[in-house]
Amino acid sequence: MGLSLTKAAQWTTAGKLEFTPMNESLLKELLSFVEDFSSRHPQEAEHVFEEPLRWSTTLGASDFKTDYYISGIDVQSHEKDSGGQPLLQLSPPTVCVRSFSQLSKLVHLAADKKLEELRACLEENKDAMVKILGPCFADILEKEDTHTDVLHLVDKDQGKDPEFKINLFHLLQNMNKQLLSKLLEEIEVELNLTALKNDIESLKRLCSEGEKRLLKSVRYTSDFEFSNGCRAPLWRQVYGDICYLVVEPCDTENLYITCSTAGFFLNGGIKQEGAESGYERTSDTYKDLLTLLKSRSPYFAEHINKQASAVQELPSTQSVHRHVESVDMEEQGELQRSYEQQEKNVQDKSRKQHLLNKKKYEPCPRWKKLGLMSPCGKAEERKSRNSSGMEMSSEIRKKKQGSGAKSKMKAEFSLSSLPGRLSSSQKIKTPARATELSSESSSQSEEEEEQSERRLESNTDLPPEYWQIQKLVKYLKGGDQTATVLTLCAMLDFNLMQETCQLAIRDVGGLEVLINLLDTDEVKCKIGSLKILRKISHNVQIRQTIVDMGGLQSIVKILDSPVKDLKALAAETIASVARFRRARRTVRLYGGIKKLVNLLHCVTNLASLTANQQKDVEVARCGALALWSCSKCTKNKEAIRKAGGIPLLGRLLKSPHENMLVPVVGTLQECASQESYRIAIQTEGMVKDLVKNLNSDNEELQMHCANAIFKCAEDEQTRDLVRKYKGLQPLVSLLAKVNNKQLLAAATGAIWKCSISVDNVAERFQEYKVLESLVELLTDQPEDVLVNVVGALGEFAQIPASKTIIRQCGGIKPLVNLLSGTNPELLVNVTKTVGACATDQDNMAIIDQLDGVRLVWSLLKNPSADVQSSAAWALCPCIENAKDSGEMVRSLVGGLELIVNLLKSTNDEVLASVCAAIAKIAKDKENLAVLTDHGVVPLLAKLTNTTDDKLRQHLAEAIGHCCMWGSNRASFGEAGAVAPLVRYLKSKDATVHQSTAMALYQLSKDPSNCITMHEKGVVKPLIHIMGSNDKTLQEAAAGCVRNIRLLAVANRKAILFY
Amino acid sequence: MSDMSSLNRKLIQTLAETISKQVDHFNKTEVECLIREFNVLLGECAASGRAVNGLDKEKFRSILHNNFGMTDDMIMDLAPLLVDPTVFRTFDRDNDSFVSLKEWIEGLSVFLRGTMDEKIKYCFQVYDLNSDNYISREEMFHLLKNSLIRQPTEEDPDEGIKDLVEITLKRMDHDHDGRLSFSDFEKAVKEENLLLEAFGTCLPDIMSTEAFEQHVFQEQLVL
Repeated sequence: MGLSLTKAAQWTTAGKLEFTPMNESLLKELLSFVEDFSSRHPQEAEHVFEEPLRWSTTLGASDFKTDYYISGIDVQSHEKDSGGQPLLQLSPPTVCVRSFSQLSKLVHLAADKKLEELRACLEENKDAMVKILGPCFADILEKEDTHTDVLHLVDKDQGKDPEFKINLFHLLQNMNKQLLSKLLEEIEVELNLTALKNDIESLKRLCSEGEKRLLKSVRYTSDFEFSNGCRAPLWRQVYGDICYLVVEPCDTENLYITCSTAGFFLNGGIKQEGAESGYERTSDTYKDLLTLLKSRSPYFAEHINKQASAVQELPSTQSVHRHVESVDMEEQGELQRSYEQQEKNVQDKSRKQHLLNKKKYEPCPRWKKLGLMSPCGKAEERKSRNSSGMEMSSEIRKKKQGSGAKSKMKAEFSLSSLPGRLSSSQKIKTPARATELSSESSSQSEEEEEQSERRLESNTDLPPEYWQIQKLVKYLKGGDQTATVLTLCAMLDFNLMQETCQLAIRDVGGLEVLINLLDTDEVKCKIGSLKILRKISHNVQIRQTIVDMGGLQSIVKILDSPVKDLKALAAETIASVARFRRARRTVRLYGGIKKLVNLLHCVTNLASLTANQQKDVEVARCGALALWSCSKCTKNKEAIRKAGGIPLLGRLLKSPHENMLVPVVGTLQECASQESYRIAIQTEGMVKDLVKNLNSDNEELQMHCANAIFKCAEDEQTRDLVRKYKGLQPLVSLLAKVNNKQLLAAATGAIWKCSISVDNVAERFQEYKVLESLVELLTDQPEDVLVNVVGALGEFAQIPASKTIIRQCGGIKPLVNLLSGTNPELLVNVTKTVGACATDQDNMAIIDQLDGVRLVWSLLKNPSADVQSSAAWALCPCIENAKDSGEMVRSLVGGLELIVNLLKSTNDEVLASVCAAIAKIAKDKENLAVLTDHGVVPLLAKLTNTTDDKLRQHLAEAIGHCCMWGSNRASFGEAGAVAPLVRYLKSKDATVHQSTAMALYQLSKDPSNCITMHEKGVVKPLIHIMGSNDKTLQEAAAGCVRNIRLLAVANRKAILFY
Repeated sequence: MSDMSSLNRKLIQTLAETISKQVDHFNKTEVECLIREFNVLLGECAASGRAVNGLDKEKFRSILHNNFGMTDDMIMDLAPLLVDPTVFRTFDRDNDSFVSLKEWIEGLSVFLRGTMDEKIKYCFQVYDLNSDNYISREEMFHLLKNSLIRQPTEEDPDEGIKDLVEITLKRMDHDHDGRLSFSDFEKAVKEENLLLEAFGTCLPDIMSTEAFEQHVFQEQLVL
């Protein structure tokens, strides 16, 4: 306790404790410790201090009661030590206490004066620890080394009750820790205060810019600032209030804001210092001032963004990132992601700031001001350093949220000593470049986020490696070629895959030196530097820093070197750096893709290679690795193709070496998301090699091959090629690798796509008993596997025999279970497969029994249009094949209303599917009545103007079936559905003709519709259709014409007779 | 004159025949070219009016300088008396202060086309200043003496070099006897090729090698 007090408490020059809130809380904490000590730890409390604690007390003899001998003004305790000395002795005004039990009794006696007593005690016994435990122990406590040999000390000490002493020691140690952590909390509030002040200052600056001003004024309600930095009245500080602001925005009325430790909110209108009322909260609480202002003043919100991006000066760092964000939003359409992006950028920024700040390891100046540092021992210094690290970063974050950070950051930017590289790293941040970001890859999942700063020094002491590396970097800076190479070799001896080493190199400025070496002419230096870079760039932060410093450009340049080792190393380094898109873009912009593609030239399939050729192969391998990393973004895929990379990759695909094949196939499968690559893979005969490598022993290679086939087998010819080269069997055997989920996902994906060709299913898959294995994979698999498995089952189920097998293997139940999932991709496939299975009567019985129809139906509510349409399609066979389907549909409460409402969708596919389902539902008269009540007729009529043939077909079908109720025929006529339907007959699609003819036949049973049809010239095309080979079509067309004719005849008769 | 030259040619061819059997990396024609190049260089020496038993130190140094760009750092400028003679000494096997024709071709064989093993051996010889088959601390210190910029602030300007020597020794001295034996050196270099020229450049880089070969083998063949 003495320790934390001497170090942490704020002392006045006269050796008194200041009356600050921090000291108060410290004292209180100590007091409760002392008070409870004798009851909690009775034995330890008996331990006699090495030396008495002595201070002048305000207590007199009258304050002491039993347990004490009182003689006049002097007091002695009954309790005595072994030498007969009393443990408490009072001879006013001095009191001597020699054990914790006496100390805590005294504190109890002092009653309401106890705080003063303790204060006096501490003020006069600054070395309390030494007095209590003796100098040896106190030393250890100072060092904070928990496990030093206390026992050993005790032996030396020859104390009477060593065990208690050790316990006491540990108790004090814990207390000490608690105090310090408590202290930190206190300090955090203070730091936030400073950040807040900065925010407010920068807001004030925003008021003074004439035309450009964002706010009219910002002022405190009170000019008086308490010593703790708050401006709120004391009685409000109790509630956590810090200060009150009056902000006058340009567009709305004044905002009265309370800044409190809980956040920022509007109050009831505190205008002046000392107001009696208005302290209540009248708005939501916001995390920072800026957000509050933005939400209240649209003008401010709009302009703060503009201004910040245009001038890049004031006040929020956030706004700079807005650009990146908005691009992302367009490209992703996902608000969620853009939010993350923002977060990320903010952190990124703070990282950068740190980067510029590195080299400083002194604690934050604020700590110095607090006086924490002054009498510290080494240990304490380290501790405060650690926590200042934490504080600093939290402070930085706080500032980001607020506004004041920018100007300060600016200053630090310009102070920084990064030579020349900075400008380029800043350039990358500008909005113009940000649009570049939109070339995003298909493989989002592998996309790595730029990560937030993790600081080496924040959680641990600096490791010994740090100092060694710092020394080496010094030699790197001052050495000639020979010394540099030696130093690089020494550095290579560190475990460079270890984060501490990686960050140490960065933090002591080693990265700059390493990157600068890349621009020299010294081959050996470059080799050494790259050997280090390729390893440390496995660290996310390091690779970001390398890109920030412009190191990637230098590495790309080295790809032109005539030295093969160097080229290979450079490519390998690129492979490990280009794992995030900014890096990939940099590689492309500096012409790296073309250079990398050029590395791929080599002889691969000779039996024996010369040393030189082997080097070429190695260079090509590294080139492929780098291209693999780069190929995760669309523009790079395109660049690789343009640079002629595809045939070269195709040649390397024939290599016998796995370590070559993995990156090559990896690149190919990554690029196969592009149409051009899929065609090339097919036409350049790569399918054969891909199939061949499916049989490899290397699971990674198998996975990439399967993935490549997965992506390419969208194309029918490729599917046939896979069969031709006997690729189906190895794919099926991969299904056994249930433990490698990635491989399983790839294999099932490939099987899915291959099964789209009926030939594949009928000729091959059936004989390999694939269905059985697939059904087994329906449970306990990750979603990406499930999507593919279910997709494949859906394709298999197009063949009637498969449907029976699926049922026999017990596949229906897990399929229906999957209907309650959430993954849209999966749901699309599941509904499709369930729909396909439902075309079999026996399957349908099981689905019905498992309540599958209700589950499919409820998916109509899914927000994804794909799921909606897929579910509606699946409903058609369900309704068709269910026993007593009319009753089943009716039993779904609200189901019919739901499906009618989907006719308001804007997605043609959804509309078509829903029309198809309605056509099926409407076959049941009762249900048709309900559909009519829900207004299906006008909704259908409204859709008739579509030009989409698929929709036309199902729409006409639905209209045809909906005619069968009440006055629906006439209603369709009134809603203007007839004329557009007539136009459908001009469509080239025969299926449209068929359903349209049926619909027209039904509609023609209403006389006024006949007139409309006739007017629109329906007869001629109908007569044409009558000549069709399709019997139902003939009948419908003829029936329609007959109805029209009958009407005409009736009309003539009427005229004749009346 | 033509007699002379044809006689000369005959002589050179015979000589080349013999030497090419003794040297690993050159064929007969290449040896012929090297002999011619040697004669040209020797001719330059002779022109300056001195006795010509071979290439002397001065000439040898300028050849290294002009043909292999080995000019930078201490090899040429800062410690001319130290390393330069050591490369020279490695070439000059019989220690007669001249590089004879045979020594010239044997030396270049390693210099231009040596295998890793040959190069390791060669470099070790260069660094082993007193030819006692060990590279000692002192030798390393000597070799690295000028390789660090001295910090004016440091009390002992050689502090860094000493430290570097210790780091390197720790790295390479596998048998922990405080000096590098050939096997120490060989093992370390095989582990990390960068350590081949650990104590100073003593081999030409790939560019100047190619340029030299181009110059000697191709241009002369045209003649």
